[in-house]
Amino acid sequence: MSQKILDRLLEKFPDAVLSTSNFRGDEVAIVKRERALDVLRFLKDDAECLLDMARTVTAIDWLGRDGDRFEMVYQLYSITRKHGVRIKVPVPEDDPTIDTCTTLWPGMNWAEREAWDMYGIKFRGHPDLRRMFMYEEFVGHPLRKDYPKEKRQPLIRREGMV
Amino acid sequence: MGLEFTTTKMADAIAWARKFSLFTYPFVTACCGMEYMSTAGPKYDVARFGAEFPRFSPRQADLLFIVGTITEKMGPVLSRIYQQMAEPKWVVAFGVCACTGGFYQNYNTMPGADQVVPVDVYIPGCPPRPEQVLDGLIMLQERIQKHEGHSQVRYREEQALANKQEALAQIRLPAAGK
Repeated sequence: MSQKILDRLLEKFPDAVLSTSNFRGDEVAIVKRERALDVLRFLKDDAECLLDMARTVTAIDWLGRDGDRFEMVYQLYSITRKHGVRIKVPVPEDDPTIDTCTTLWPGMNWAEREAWDMYGIKFRGHPDLRRMFMYEEFVGHPLRKDYPKEKRQPLIRREGMV
Repeated sequence: MGLEFTTTKMADAIAWARKFSLFTYPFVTACCGMEYMSTAGPKYDVARFGAEFPRFSPRQADLLFIVGTITEKMGPVLSRIYQQMAEPKWVVAFGVCACTGGFYQNYNTMPGADQVVPVDVYIPGCPPRPEQVLDGLIMLQERIQKHEGHSQVRYREEQALANKQEALAQIRLPAAGK
């Protein structure tokens, strides 16, 4: 269904697309971080693709794998064309920054804040990059695989409680 | 009807009145809320126990129902709500999440609401059936009647301390020079 999006991407950005795959109708393109915003803008504006809705933006922590540790995931969908595609962007551990996509889809503001809160990925150009769910005093990013599983950071405790 | 009056201690009479006119503040954060609604509804009818009147302001309530999971971020909010309630006040932890954190064992869930407020009755269950809730409510009523609620005990201790200090202030020591 949306294989043609992948074909079009490969045709337009042969240097930016690292690989594509298609598993039972799940089309995925892995894109270089430096060109990610260009690719997303193209996918949104191109008349053939017209991916005008970002369903969600999230991140994955692949702790211990070869290559970049994090991966940004963009689930894109076209309301008019009724097709979609998934874009993945590897992000390295030592410099976890990526350009914001809120300039294209303003609704992804909170999704990117969540990715920052949970995985510590910084979004360059984000209008308001605060923690989404955790409190200001929280140290670290809890959905990173190296965050201790049961480590709590209490805000308050009752007097006399240990 | 020969006997038309009875005698009791004033405190016991007040406790009896209090236990049958609990004004509930439902602090509902999760799925246990459905079971709370069922308990409050006509089938299980918590009105039979005099607790039928949920107040949605803590200042008008004397029973805090903690219904659902409490997160660490929620802790200060819950503590503030408890402080806003008028004395004497009681707290019921409704469901395992409010009792102990339940099956959550992670970075954000508080291991029991008693970490921030003193809980009088714990009702386990995920969620507890309305029968369990009513059983817990009856246990709370017994506790109120026996003056054993956390806020009742604290009030007694504060009164005792104040009386003691007042008595100490009455004692006049002879002046040092005589």
